[in-house]
Amino acid sequence: MEDPAALLQASKIEKSFPGVHALKKVDFTLRKGEVHSLMGENGAGKSTLIKCLTGVYGIDGGDIYFQGQSIRPTSPQHAARLGISSVYQEVNLCPNLSVAENIFVGREPMKGPFVRWKAMEKSAGEILSRFDIHIDVRRSLDSYSIAIQQMIAIARAINVSAQVLILDEPTSSLDKTEVGKLFEIVRRLKSEGMGIIFITHFLDQVYEISDRITVLRNGELVGEYKAKGLSKIALVTKMVGKDYDELTSVSRVESGGDNEVVISLEEVSARHSIENVSLELRRSEVVGFAGLLGSGRTEAANVMFGLEHNSSGTVRLKGTAVRLASPAEAIRRRIALCPEDRKRDGIIGELSIRENIILALQARYGLFKYIKKKQQNEMAGKYIELLGIATPDSEKKAGELSGGNQQKLILARWLATEPEVMLLDEPTRGIDVGAKAEIMKLTLDLCRQGMAIAFISSELDEVVRMSNKVIIMRDRAKTGEIAEKDLNQDAILRAIAGGDAS
Amino acid sequence: MKNVRKITSSKTFPPLVALFGILLFNVFLNPGFLTITIVEGHFFGQLIDILNRAVPIMILGIGMTLVIATGGTDLSCGALLALSGAVAVSLIRGKSTILNPETETPFIIVILATLAVASLCGLWNGFLVAKIGIQPIVATLILMTAGRGIAQLITGARNLTTGYPPFSVIGQGWFLMFPVPVFIAAGVFLLVWFLVRKTAFGLFVEAVGINASAARYSGINATLVIMTVYMISGFCAGVAGLIYASNIMCADATNAGLNFELDAILAVVLGGTSMMGGRIYLGGTVIGALIIMALTKSIYAFDVAPESALVVKAAAVVMVVLIQSPLFQNFRGRVRACLPFGRRAGEGA
Amino acid sequence: MKEMKEVKKTKKSRFSIDIKYIPALAAMFLFIASYAIGGMLYGDRGFLTLRNFTSIFTDNAYLGVSAVGMTFVIISGGIDLSVGSVAALSTMLIAWCTAELNMDSRLVLGLVLALGTFMGFMMGVLIDKLKVPPFIATLIGMFLARGLCFLISIQSITINDPLLRTLGRWRIRLVQRPPAHINISVIIFAVVLVTGIVIMQYTKFGRGVYAFGGNRQSAMLMGLPTSRIQIGVYAFNGFCSALAGVLFAFYTFSGYGRHLYGMELDVISSVVIGGSLLSGGVGYPIGSLFGIMIHGVILKYISFNGKLSSWWTKIAVGVLLLLFIALQRFIVYVADRNKKILKEH
Repeated sequence: MEDPAALLQASKIEKSFPGVHALKKVDFTLRKGEVHSLMGENGAGKSTLIKCLTGVYGIDGGDIYFQGQSIRPTSPQHAARLGISSVYQEVNLCPNLSVAENIFVGREPMKGPFVRWKAMEKSAGEILSRFDIHIDVRRSLDSYSIAIQQMIAIARAINVSAQVLILDEPTSSLDKTEVGKLFEIVRRLKSEGMGIIFITHFLDQVYEISDRITVLRNGELVGEYKAKGLSKIALVTKMVGKDYDELTSVSRVESGGDNEVVISLEEVSARHSIENVSLELRRSEVVGFAGLLGSGRTEAANVMFGLEHNSSGTVRLKGTAVRLASPAEAIRRRIALCPEDRKRDGIIGELSIRENIILALQARYGLFKYIKKKQQNEMAGKYIELLGIATPDSEKKAGELSGGNQQKLILARWLATEPEVMLLDEPTRGIDVGAKAEIMKLTLDLCRQGMAIAFISSELDEVVRMSNKVIIMRDRAKTGEIAEKDLNQDAILRAIAGGDAS
Repeated sequence: MKNVRKITSSKTFPPLVALFGILLFNVFLNPGFLTITIVEGHFFGQLIDILNRAVPIMILGIGMTLVIATGGTDLSCGALLALSGAVAVSLIRGKSTILNPETETPFIIVILATLAVASLCGLWNGFLVAKIGIQPIVATLILMTAGRGIAQLITGARNLTTGYPPFSVIGQGWFLMFPVPVFIAAGVFLLVWFLVRKTAFGLFVEAVGINASAARYSGINATLVIMTVYMISGFCAGVAGLIYASNIMCADATNAGLNFELDAILAVVLGGTSMMGGRIYLGGTVIGALIIMALTKSIYAFDVAPESALVVKAAAVVMVVLIQSPLFQNFRGRVRACLPFGRRAGEGA
Repeated sequence: MKEMKEVKKTKKSRFSIDIKYIPALAAMFLFIASYAIGGMLYGDRGFLTLRNFTSIFTDNAYLGVSAVGMTFVIISGGIDLSVGSVAALSTMLIAWCTAELNMDSRLVLGLVLALGTFMGFMMGVLIDKLKVPPFIATLIGMFLARGLCFLISIQSITINDPLLRTLGRWRIRLVQRPPAHINISVIIFAVVLVTGIVIMQYTKFGRGVYAFGGNRQSAMLMGLPTSRIQIGVYAFNGFCSALAGVLFAFYTFSGYGRHLYGMELDVISSVVIGGSLLSGGVGYPIGSLFGIMIHGVILKYISFNGKLSSWWTKIAVGVLLLLFIALQRFIVYVADRNKKILKEH
């Protein structure tokens, strides 16, 4: 079992939570100077394994070896001291502290009992300049973008003479250039002999950076593979445990292209969000939105949902100019939005599934037309069945559902309001492939029934499969439209990159 | 079995047990504790007394429950109680300098004006929290500090007394053999209960308290909900202020309702509503207020300074806090999981 | 990385002093301004004399000591309602132990400070280990300490211990006429304040408190000893509360259960006026000094005016709170807007 090159080796890891057997005799080996991707659907046990390795959870069985020594990290601090550092998706730094402090807090250069600020700031500047980042390290962290904060988090992590670096979904909030920059740093660290564990949902990134891939499914090890020898299809098949034909069965609803226009933007601008955007959503059509993060695709949806207000231009509903002052107003006008950040803006975790489902409809009815309990139960039952939400009953807390089911729950909430326009912002993010396919099929069903749908997604593959038309956003403006007949991933990529792109 | 489990796992069950425990303890100390006699057609007895004295905390607590359910806190309600008393008594007295058994302002106007002032103060709190985005503790700290100052401004820093008999009915009167304040408390409870359970208001408050952003995305006007909730808390303080002032027939700007906001918060927390916001347990709050009063009452049975009751109160809160703490919950969950009829593990979390 | 350099440039030109300092600076300016205005109004009656100035310190030193501790708690993102009660309990214990039990006053002082620290420690344990909200945990401390006072005695007890009397009366005269002096309370306050500043700015513990208040989840994942920080903050504040009680005992030579009712309110509002954010992560002990001083100047106005009642203090503090909170909100708003603009370019 000893592998001479092994830096970190986990063997037969067992971990259970009440009611869940999260890890079943999982083996994992990280070698010196490699980037090792950990893949699996949500709930496969990736984060549990990471948390066991970094001491967030204790393990119920098995062994962890670090450079041949058996270890039992008891806390993230302990793991960091041993040389295992981690950087998470949401930047885990303190926004109120300076950049330098964020790199050093907890292990500041000291003189007696006192912190040596000057020395700390100097070395912080040096560390960051290694990454080609030249910023004022005395400013507080929150004055910098998420991308820079992420780099600072990595700077902090590797500064602890770390030998193992765990990157848990580090790229979700980064744009393409920033991801490139991050990978540059990862490659440099790798060449210095560090072992890096990388977790992401983006398949392309996995292949761009990894040497090896370990796949988990349902808490069990599927296998460890060399990235070069494993095709994408094979990888996804291993992750899902069944053939990857679910997604391929999704195909768009045919449309003549002259259906009734339900909502349209005419040269709409909103402060700090979009500029001069014109677009139309038609009945029984899916309009895809493609563009990088921050390109204005989410913002365009927000304007149509009354979350942001247009400073110029006209929003028309079935030809009539309207002013959407608030989401409540938009809902009254039969518009629905599944927000990008499901946890923050969608699910109300402590409320039951039933209450989550009726919430938007009730908000439209107002205070006094309270939906009767019986009706609530009927409605909940109906949508649980219709969308196939996996739950024993409608009184379970929404927060206890899995990601895919939560997404379905939000869809159910909107379906209950019988909308004519459905704006879906990243409806498939962070949910497993099976659930993805289900949600896409559902969306298409809704489209067939006459709904006008906006489909915003970073997964171009999905956009291409679903859309009757794709709108390209760049720098807060609409830069183009691709019609159904010209639709393929390459066309979209070229359009997103634009003429001047590298 | 299932029904038993349903009752015991209810959030209101532990405080109810606590209340009975305290009452039982009192019976132990004083066998006549439960005796209720009829004097001059009114019920008299320790239990009635506890009920009657718990009324101000109960009413403040009911308003506070809604505020806490939105994830906020209203520190100002004690000061608003004093302010309401000051408004009411000064309106009754008008410009007269002597103790007058007449009122200078029509009585109905006195009541409405007092409640309006208190509700407006509540609305101001709500405005600061919901519109300006100030943290609830800080926002209500302003009126907590300034409220008593304004009350003293109104009374001229004297203990304004009044001799207007109809006013005394509110706090001292009897109706159907029970003290009038008990009926007022019941009225406020029913009103708020109706609002919470028979309209969608409760759902909106809980949704906002758990996840304000998601509530907004669902079309709920979170700003309006929060402002309303603070206004209701202000209104409750107004009602409690009338009762308090009527009880002593005096507007005491300095001491009226002193630290009542803390007792009210305590009642809410004892009743099972989480300080983090979320589910509303109105009945729990009422029981919480009764617990506080019953505890105080048991202290009086010993020959110590009434203020020492605070020690016992502290001990009681520690107990409740321990019971509600994750540590104990875990332990209970584990015990349950081992029992043959126990709930499935994980479900209790 | 071209664009990252650019960010730096725009940053620097856009605002030169960190906006976090503004509330604390505003408190300083308000103190100076209010003192100057007092001088204009009541200059003829000696408002500007050194005597009047030093008396602001001698009268409020106990509040100042407590404010330093409270600043720690508030920066950590917590709140402590127990300070007034713990201080009152300290006065009570000092008086009772020396007067009734004839204990050595040095021992008593040590015991009182240890007890205050221990009570703070226990509240910290409740908050940290049992996840009790700080509001409730310190409410327990408040009730307990106040209740203990009355268990000891419901009467006010006079302090006659010679050493305590000497210490309380001891003072350094700065000028002869009109007599201006500082006393032991002011010196202790100064020491506590400087210690507080140094701890917060230059020690691991202090920086940990800022980190913890900024984002506790991150602080935990960054490997900071969060439990030690959180419990430490409440223990330190418990010590400060007890010390404030000691100074108050020097000031009044009495122990009484009704002492310092509502002190927590004065202290919290002073700390907020002094620029600390109740959401945690931002604040300076020096700002709290000015918060306390502003409070002191308002009291001076009232005593110099003679006709104003003391309730105006409450209204004035309320209005100041409102102003300062509005200022803080505005700053947060401006910062957010700047960030948003920066993101776009």
